[in-house]
Amino acid sequence: MSSDRLEAGTITITSDNGDEIEAYHAYPTDAESHGSVVVIHHMPGYDWSTKEIARRFASRGYGAVVPNLFHRYAPGASSGDAAAAARAAGGVPDAQCLEDVGGAVKFLRAQPGAKGKVGVIGYCSGGRQTYLSACNLDVDAAVVCYGGGVVVTPEQLTPERPVAVIDMTKDLRCPMLGLFGAEDANPSPEHTARMEEELKAHGKTYEFHTYDNAGHAFFWVERPSYREEASREGWQRIWDFYRTYLEG
Amino acid sequence: MCTYLTTTERVEGTGLGAKGWFPIAHAVVYFDHPQEAPVEHALCIDFRADGTDPSERVSVELDARSARTLAESILSTLAHEEVRALGVE
Repeated sequence: MSSDRLEAGTITITSDNGDEIEAYHAYPTDAESHGSVVVIHHMPGYDWSTKEIARRFASRGYGAVVPNLFHRYAPGASSGDAAAAARAAGGVPDAQCLEDVGGAVKFLRAQPGAKGKVGVIGYCSGGRQTYLSACNLDVDAAVVCYGGGVVVTPEQLTPERPVAVIDMTKDLRCPMLGLFGAEDANPSPEHTARMEEELKAHGKTYEFHTYDNAGHAFFWVERPSYREEASREGWQRIWDFYRTYLEG
Repeated sequence: MCTYLTTTERVEGTGLGAKGWFPIAHAVVYFDHPQEAPVEHALCIDFRADGTDPSERVSVELDARSARTLAESILSTLAHEEVRALGVE
């Protein structure tokens, strides 16, 4: 399904903890009903390229919201300043992330025309947060794009991220699509193999695709990490996956 | 690769930001995706103020070789006899 008309812009949504946070909402205006997607931004922040991804989903007939996970650290600041402030503060705590993504899911389900099915997708650190969300929130399909930090050692756990996400796999609530680069160091092919091992052990529905000649952030168009072939094939996997689990 | 590896050092100095000079209180050092530099990963340093204005920041993004060269240059400058003659430890 594609849409010719869409609306997009900055809104405020309510986090599950009651906080009002900034978000970017893009949705089709010529679709009678649509599935929905929460887009989780990468570590460099709630930026132009992530908003463009939200508009891409809207152009394909999905309502999409990007919650600004860095909003609290620097309200109204540029995405770069906010990302720097969040990093200086130790990064987004997992509990806070779940509250914000949970608020975005509720917002999308409440929109006119929303079918009720909500997917989540994230890139880089947002890929890890997608895995986290899919294990803890009521969502219908999850797409993990090179999410590093899912498989960690005990020494890598922090007060902000106190539990290894890989250990939450037993609680995964929806099908998962994973898209990775063979040349990535985090997640490395060994990390993704560990994820697959855990997903299989718990009988979860998933599909992983790892692209040769691609490393981390191969979807990021403006960066040298961009890989045209992996990106093109990856986007097709995403459309097929969401068609199956959000439109069915 | 995305990393969470971040080191924050308490420092004293001044930085020239978008709004003029401001006192620097922290240097946040990490190796990750840069915001702007055309490399996949960079050694990034955010020199930040102690206040609440997030734009009071001087940011640099260096490729790894440049970062090492800079670090060595800083240390060799501080170790120079003319500098040490000033009583610098």
